[in-house]
Amino acid sequence: MAVSTLGQPKRAKSLVNRFKPGDWVFTTLAGAAAAIVALVIVGLFWQLFAQSREAIGHAGIGFVTSTTWDPSHETFGVLAFVAGTVITSVFALVFATIIAVLVALFLVEIAPQRVARPVSYLVELLAAIPSVVYGLWGIFVMGVFIRDHFGPVVTSTLGWIPVFDGTPLITGLFSACIILTIMILPTVMAVSRDVIAAVPSSQREGILALGATRWEAIRIAVLPYARSGVMGAAILGLARAVGETLAVTLVIGNSVKLPENIFSPAYTMASVIANQFPEATGLHRSALLEVALLLLVITFFINVVARLLVWRVTKGQRAMVQE
Amino acid sequence: MSEVRTKVPEVANGRGEAPRLAPDVAPGGANGREHERRVTIEVENLQAYYGSKHAVADVSMQIYANSVTALIGPSGCGKSTLIRCFNRMHEFVQGARVDGKVLLDGSDIYAAGVDPARVRQRVGMVFQKPNPFPTMSIAENVAAGLRFLGVRNKSEIGDRVERALKDASLWEDVKNDLKKPGIALSGGQQQRLCIARAIAVEPDVVLMDEPCSALDPIATLKIEDLMRVLAERYTIVVVTHNMQQAARVSDFTAYMLAAEDRVGRLIEYRRTEDLFTRPRDKRTEDYISGRFG
Ligand SMILES: Nc1ncnc2c1ncn2[C@@H]1O[C@H](COP(=O)(O)OP(=O)(O)OP(=O)(O)O)[C@@H](O)[C@H]1O
Ligand SMILES: [Mg+2]
Repeated sequence: MAVSTLGQPKRAKSLVNRFKPGDWVFTTLAGAAAAIVALVIVGLFWQLFAQSREAIGHAGIGFVTSTTWDPSHETFGVLAFVAGTVITSVFALVFATIIAVLVALFLVEIAPQRVARPVSYLVELLAAIPSVVYGLWGIFVMGVFIRDHFGPVVTSTLGWIPVFDGTPLITGLFSACIILTIMILPTVMAVSRDVIAAVPSSQREGILALGATRWEAIRIAVLPYARSGVMGAAILGLARAVGETLAVTLVIGNSVKLPENIFSPAYTMASVIANQFPEATGLHRSALLEVALLLLVITFFINVVARLLVWRVTKGQRAMVQE
Repeated sequence: MSEVRTKVPEVANGRGEAPRLAPDVAPGGANGREHERRVTIEVENLQAYYGSKHAVADVSMQIYANSVTALIGPSGCGKSTLIRCFNRMHEFVQGARVDGKVLLDGSDIYAAGVDPARVRQRVGMVFQKPNPFPTMSIAENVAAGLRFLGVRNKSEIGDRVERALKDASLWEDVKNDLKKPGIALSGGQQQRLCIARAIAVEPDVVLMDEPCSALDPIATLKIEDLMRVLAERYTIVVVTHNMQQAARVSDFTAYMLAAEDRVGRLIEYRRTEDLFTRPRDKRTEDYISGRFG
């Protein structure tokens, strides 16, 4: 065998491109998958737009500037829902990120392994709890606590500030804010923890060797290094907060009026769709689809802004970071 | 020269007893320098552990002010561990522990009540891989340690940054780019930036753990020159794998080795030229001749 190959005259290897079936299949499959994703998004936009055309023609720009939502009189203004979505999501984003970063720092920088591991595991478990369970807990445990204990304390101490001067109930804007904070916390925490754990130890040692205390090392070397990743984590949380429907619908109070204070019942865009869509017909249905379109646009916008923000903060940094 | 020796130190004898090591130099006699050799760091019977692993055993040595002391030895013999004991960086590894004494100008840095952060202000460190802070500019990198000294005045910070960069011979390269990110420099420049950062806080001692191993030969020579210059004002301890480098830059050289028990010990510690030309210990001789071929 060996002899026969050796015996063959040496032929120059051809440089002409050969047909490689594996490469072709892979390229085609990957391309097709990418195209499908793009098509789904475009299709979603198009369908929502086509189906909400009736409402767009009916309400015009008043749809987003008016706060009156009254399907029986064919008046559709969604500003109150937009406000509900924005307030609850931003609240959740801010508080969840602060808590998540503190927990992540504790787990990575302070806690010994035998504490850090079970705690991480528990926090991750929180992410797996279905939304309806959060909603029910929000009503029966948290809502009752807010009505009977937390709310009265807030209104009696901070009641002189208009936004805190309300009647605490089981459901309301504040309950929704807290539920959302708890719901997005595990995601933001898990990602922040990974990001902080990925800060190279040479960064910590570099600042410690200059005479930093542990806390100074975290503040000066660890957090700045991790900030782009933490922002990414926050965005993931925000995306979940904006879209979360079921638990929020259960605890927000479902009032179509613009909330006056943190205890007012309110509505979010996602929960108004979930609540009213089953019975909606005609113009009402079209208006709800327009809400969905708006939600899609807002989500899209948030993502673009967030990406720009991360990109701005990290400009040039990714490429330069070693290790 | 050898007449001025007051005490010829005994070298580790491999029988497990702690060697009393001081390089064989008398005050006033090293490398033609006529001023007195002052001891900056005195190590007494130091043991370093990683959990149950005994990494460095029985090290006693004196490190002299305004000199370059090199630590050489095969990989894993505990050089990094030893110098990390000099500024209490060792204890950042989980389970790591130190026994024995390290006296910095006469006071034990491991004594109760000593603030390790204060120790590190006086004993700075330069690492194997340049590690500038990526989110900070060149100037901010150099100024990073000043806040721990309570230096807040803008113009004083500016002056100190300029002086440190000049001392690290980086000023000419970066004086117009102080606001650029520190990480945008070349590897050799980054390492000099890290040296500037370490000397900006005006420590007594600068520890360097293989500071040139990630650099090309030209950048390496620049850092070596820098070490010689810095030795006029600081006490320098440098770990190196490169014996020519130790021979070129150091006044004193310590040879470490981990024997079969995998515990690193100090084998021989003497003036550099003596250690390389007339090693007393057979193991030192094997090591240096093996490498020099
Ligand atoms: N974080 C750690 N945990 C456990 N053991 C360690 C740790 N770091 C080092 N060691 C062990 O301690 C011993 C000394 O290591 P050290 O890093 O001080 O050697 P070194 O002389 O600096 O080697 P090199 O020249 O390769 O840098 C080695 O046996 C090593 O395996
Ligand atoms: Mg080492």
